[in-house]
Parts: sequence; structure tokens; C-alpha cells
Amino acid sequence: MSNLVEPALLRVCDLYKSYGDLEVLKGISLELKAGETLSLIGPSGSGKSTCLRCINYLEKPSRGEIWLGDELIGQARDGSRLRLLSDREMAPQRLEIAMVFQLFYLWPHLNVRDNVALGSIKARGMPRKQAYELAEAMLEKVHLRHKADAYPEQLSGGQQQRVAIARALAQQPKVILFDEPTSALDPELVGEVLAVIRELAEEGRTMIMVTHEVRFARDVADRVIFMDGGHIVEQGPSAQVIDTPSHERTRSFLGRMAMEQA
Amino acid sequence: MSSLQTFFGLLPLLLSGALTALEIALCTLVLASIGGLVLAVWLTFSRSRLVQAGIACFIEWMRNVPALAHLFLIYFGLSYLGINLPAWLAAIVGLSLVGSAVLCDIFRAGLQSLHVGQYEAGLAVGLTRVQILANILLPQSLRRSLPAFANYVTQLIKDTSIASAIAVPEIMFLARNLVTSTFQTSLIYFAVMCIYAAMILPIGLGFIRLERHWGSAR
Repeated sequence: MSNLVEPALLRVCDLYKSYGDLEVLKGISLELKAGETLSLIGPSGSGKSTCLRCINYLEKPSRGEIWLGDELIGQARDGSRLRLLSDREMAPQRLEIAMVFQLFYLWPHLNVRDNVALGSIKARGMPRKQAYELAEAMLEKVHLRHKADAYPEQLSGGQQQRVAIARALAQQPKVILFDEPTSALDPELVGEVLAVIRELAEEGRTMIMVTHEVRFARDVADRVIFMDGGHIVEQGPSAQVIDTPSHERTRSFLGRMAMEQA
Repeated sequence: MSSLQTFFGLLPLLLSGALTALEIALCTLVLASIGGLVLAVWLTFSRSRLVQAGIACFIEWMRNVPALAHLFLIYFGLSYLGINLPAWLAAIVGLSLVGSAVLCDIFRAGLQSLHVGQYEAGLAVGLTRVQILANILLPQSLRRSLPAFANYVTQLIKDTSIASAIAVPEIMFLARNLVTSTFQTSLIYFAVMCIYAAMILPIGLGFIRLERHWGSAR
């Protein structure tokens, strides 16, 4: 039992985020161990996506800290005060925390291979040939190697999202964040993206996934966090939270989701 | 002397003026493109109200005053202060300032038409702001700006004619001198029009081909 005290890979400590008077996150703390898949569920506006975007500092938290291993993300200690890192200083940290967006955000002027390789070439300074080999290996993982020369607009939504996942994998990140990766897809295309995410979870990738696919979260995630109104309402092993929620708000949310998805 | 002979007799002089016009247009285009791009990027990324207000004032001032007035101010106004620019240089400076304002608007519109997700995806893969700009934002936005940019280029070549007002020996200036010495008004100005058209039409067609090429390449 040597891993009883296994330290968390990612720690979110007392995270707050406000836009003007609107407080979106009201003290979120969570931990993620290496190899763990965590799913964030909750109603729209509960702060799940904001929380995810704060982890790689696409949103600057109003308060709180993000730790990846023993590295403080987005901030640096300057004497006794914490200061925000510049985008240039943050770039190497963001390389470690990949993100897959709801709307894919592939770069339409680049073909699939360049979309996946651009980060390796520019951010890591990898030689182009090596970056392309890596890109093709990552495209293989999402079963799209044969589309390497295609442009994003020539692909279906599901294929575009799989390319975006390959792009995230090419970062060789410690953590991958998924921000509602299937919400923008036609229903018949959701399955192929979920299948890829499931394979990654089985490989033991460390992932956080904001999703409305409750059944998928139950099957694939190790743990589920239910958020509402900027708070964590309930968390635990995924089957426990989803099958036997202990909190009334979780129950009513899951009830509504079950009716919609039935 | 038949008018045809006159026509061909005058042509070399007018063509040398056309060359001057093209030189001025080319120098202006380079300077205005750099200026417009720097301003557009600065305006898009700066969070300072002061910078935004400053650039906005510059653009409004440059775009709402005739270019001719700018040229006079630079050429005559500066010489009043003891700075004597050659006329051709004053023309390039004046047209470049106006051009920077025009192109800033064009490039900024191109940048702002991109979804913020394009930028965020760049951040997420660990790129710096400059890398995102160079590899993701500008390649897309410049393509979108191309039609407006092509309009600017054709307008610029025509606008070099106002340099004649400060005695730059470009095509209109030479033409007017020829008219006062030969009185062949219609012939000379018709020749001038043909020369302008011959300069601008191929450029316009080139831009159309470029737009088609980029349109089909992705």
C-alpha cells in the first residue's frame, strides 16, 4: 500500500472567479491523481467550463491557486506577493495542460498535419520532420492518419474534434482538459469522439472532462464532481455520485438529464 | 507634325513620370503596410485606453482630411520650421501616413473577424502571443483583408497624382507642363489616362488571381 499517500498531480485550491459583480466560482478545490479521469457535471452556468478554463489560465482566476505537481501555474512569487505570469512565461506551462474545446478551434488555413504539428514545431522547437512523425502517430491514435493532408473544412464535426484531440495529445501533456467535447456535434457523430476519449482514459491519461453525457461520465470517469452555482455540491466515485447521489440538487439535475437523454 | 507623332514624341516623357509615380506608390505601399499592420496589431492587443484613443485619433485625423492638405502641411509646413524635405520624399511621407490609417482599419477588421477561439487554441498549445499572431492570426486575417487591400493599392496609384501639386515630376505634373507648352490638351490627358489604366489594370487582375488562388487553396 505504498501509494496511500500518492501526491496529487493537479491541485486546484480555493478558486474564485468573478466578472464584475457576477461571482461564477465561489471557492472550488479539487485534486487529481496521475492517471485519473475526472468528470465535471452540472447545469449550465454552474461554473464548470469557467473552472476548466481557469486551470490553464485562459481565464485568470480572481483568487486561488492551481498547482501542477510542485509548479504553481500562472503565477510566480515575487518577494512576498504573487504576480501574474505573462503569456510568454505561461506558454511552457500551458504546454503541459492541453485543452480540447467545445467548438474544436482547428486552424482553418492549415491542413490536419500542420494543425497537429504546429505546437511541437513552434512551442517545443521540434524539427519539422520529427514533429510531423509525432503528428501522424497522434492522428493514428484518433484513427485519422489518412486525413493528414485534408483541411479542417473538409472534415465532419466528429473528425474535426478528433483532430483537435490529436493536437492536444501532440503536446505530450500531463493533463488534458475537455470542455464539453461533444456538445457541438450532431448526435450521430458523438459516439466516435466518445470512443476516442474512452481509449485515452483506458490508457491511463490524466483528464478532466466537462460533459453533459452523464452516462458516459459514469462509465469512463473514475470520479465525478457535481457543481451548481459556483460550488462543488457533491463528489465521489462516478458510479456512486450518478447512481446514488446523496444531495437533493444532484438528484434533481440527474433526473432532468435522464429524461432529456431517454 | 501629326498628332500621332506628337503622341509618340511625348510618350517617353510621360512614361518617365509614370515610373516616378510607381516608385512613390511602391515606397508608400511598403511604409503604409508596415505602419498599418503595426497599428492594427497594437490596437487589437493593447488593453490601454490611452493607446486605443491615440490610435483612433490618428486614424480619424488622417482619414478625414484630404491627402493634399497633408502633403502641403508636410512639404511647406515643415520647410517653415527649417526642415526641407525633397518633394518626392514629402509625398511618400504624406501618403504613407494616410495609408497607415487606411490600412490599419483594413487589417484590424480582418483580425477582429477571427473567432477568439483561434487565439485561445494557440495559447492552449503553448504558443506565445507573437507566435500566434505570425502563424495563426495574420495568415488568416490577411487573406480576408485582401480585397480591401487591393482597393487601397489601386486607389494609391491614382492618388500619387496629387504629388504633382508639390511639383513632384510624376505623370500628372509632366502632363500639365506639356499641355502648357504644346496646347495638346485632349491628346495628352488621354495618353495619361491610358498610362494609368495600363499600370492599374494588371495589378487589379493580379489581385483577383491571388484571391482565387487562396480561395481554392483552402
